[in-house]
Amino acid sequence: MFIQDTPPDTSAYMIAGYAFFFVLMIIYLVSLYVRSRNLNEDLTVLESMKEQIPVMEGKVQAGKSEPDKPIRGRTPSPGRRTTKAKASKSNRVKKKTTKKK
Amino acid sequence: MQAKSTTLKILDIASILLLAAATYLALIYAPEELVMGQVQRVFYFHVATAWTALLGFVAAGLAGIIYLVTKNPKWDIVEVAAVEISLVFFFITIVLGSIWARPIWNTWWTWDPRLTTAAVTELIYVAYFMLREGIEDPDRRARFGAVYTIIGSLSAPITFFAIRLFRTIHPVVIGSGDSSAQGTFDMTSKMLVAFMFALFTFSVIFIDLFWNRIRMGRLAVKVEQLKLSILQ
Repeated sequence: MFIQDTPPDTSAYMIAGYAFFFVLMIIYLVSLYVRSRNLNEDLTVLESMKEQIPVMEGKVQAGKSEPDKPIRGRTPSPGRRTTKAKASKSNRVKKKTTKKK
Repeated sequence: MQAKSTTLKILDIASILLLAAATYLALIYAPEELVMGQVQRVFYFHVATAWTALLGFVAAGLAGIIYLVTKNPKWDIVEVAAVEISLVFFFITIVLGSIWARPIWNTWWTWDPRLTTAAVTELIYVAYFMLREGIEDPDRRARFGAVYTIIGSLSAPITFFAIRLFRTIHPVVIGSGDSSAQGTFDMTSKMLVAFMFALFTFSVIFIDLFWNRIRMGRLAVKVEQLKLSILQ
């Protein structure tokens, strides 16, 4: 019967196994870190956006209460109609046409 | 995101130190196996990762049951964390086993009952993430995921007992295995110390990663909710 004097040299496989283990663990840890960092960045951006939304909504509401601004910054003359006035006239014309019908 | 608690920081450091100690015990302290040579040292991390991964899959199934009962989304986060870490650990188990098998069985892979059930388990949980990615509604995603992990967790005990129930060439180191198994060996006391320490180390590492992954899951839910509230 064959008697084995020395163990076979399988150290290359052992090194490959442990190298694989450590490389994969490092990759997983890095992926955890990167995903957490990205989520933190997202959270910061979203929180700042959420803070800005009420301010923007306030501006929009304030813009609605302001009186009609003149077109292209010109001062409204008695002969010049503003957009609101134009709209009210067109409404009146529409009403007249419906009445005729 | 909340800062890490002191306990988690201690656990992080303990995991690194324990892993260093387990590596020392496996590579230097434990004696060389006379028949297989140095490649036998892969066994310590191979079994330890397999053990924690299979426990993780069962834990994910339990989290799925609790989610279906309570409908509390935190159990969905727990479930995902358990599956993700177990998937990584089990992949390590399969690859380490394949590396060990090359010089011992003279092949990288064979469709042995243990290897087949292990591959099926791994693929089941890869498909779990594919399923989750395909569902947009968070509630529906969590419900489907919970049902899937409950059914999927059945593969863990099947994989564990495969070498004890079927005719296989995979060795059974603890307990009695099939007579046709190739690569069995008797553990010396030093080998047993290295093996038990590796089991303990990987349990601690699993808990540490699990905790960190749950924190990340909570953060992801927070970001998702914030996105929805801004869009509305």
